[in-house]
Amino acid sequence: MKLLYFAWLKSKIGKAEETIEPPAGISTPGALVDWLKTRGPGFAEALKDRRALRVAVNRRYVGWDHALAAGDEVALFPPVTGG
Amino acid sequence: MIRVQREDFDPGREIEHLTRGKTAIGGIVSFIGTVRGGADGVRAMTLEHYPGMTEQALREIEEEANKRWQLDASLIVHRYGELAPGARIVLVVTAAAHRAAAFEACEFLVDWLKTKAPFWKQEETPEGTRWIEAEASDDAAAKRWAPKLR
Repeated sequence: MKLLYFAWLKSKIGKAEETIEPPAGISTPGALVDWLKTRGPGFAEALKDRRALRVAVNRRYVGWDHALAAGDEVALFPPVTGG
Repeated sequence: MIRVQREDFDPGREIEHLTRGKTAIGGIVSFIGTVRGGADGVRAMTLEHYPGMTEQALREIEEEANKRWQLDASLIVHRYGELAPGARIVLVVTAAAHRAAAFEACEFLVDWLKTKAPFWKQEETPEGTRWIEAEASDDAAAKRWAPKLR
């Protein structure tokens, strides 16, 4: 699974992307975020409030209960501020 | 048409190129978003985006506008990278037989892209850099259009 982090998530987590295999049983972005938070203080800080985050899977917005598949590209980022 | 690019654009040339020869057009509306400097002392802005998703999101937003309004042409050009105060960030152009469709579709495109296209602005101020937070007023503006109007 490829993970991408943007804007302040990238700064707090300390990287823009990584490829990981989450433990078995992680089947939604919500569960993925809960697991990522245990990976270190940067993750815990960046991901502490899910309401401040948006998630896209394979470049489309999804909800926290979306069903993840192997090989998905999962992007976590704050609400967008373009235009 | 949509484009995501680092370089500046020339609004006049873009409009000319988009609408040339399309004689059914009766009105063209354009919106240009720029980096606001001014009193809060922004020295520069950096726009980050999600390559791939950005283009897809903009294409979907443009398709939605073309479903809702009868447009003869539409264009979104959005920049990323480092931008100085006054620099152009985004160009949205809509052209239609009658002005109402062009005005409404242009406003819709701007409202939707501000809340859906994956761009993030980081400001440099005298106090340091900071990520701009999404505005509730932008969400409210986008929600006006949420139900399918036509």
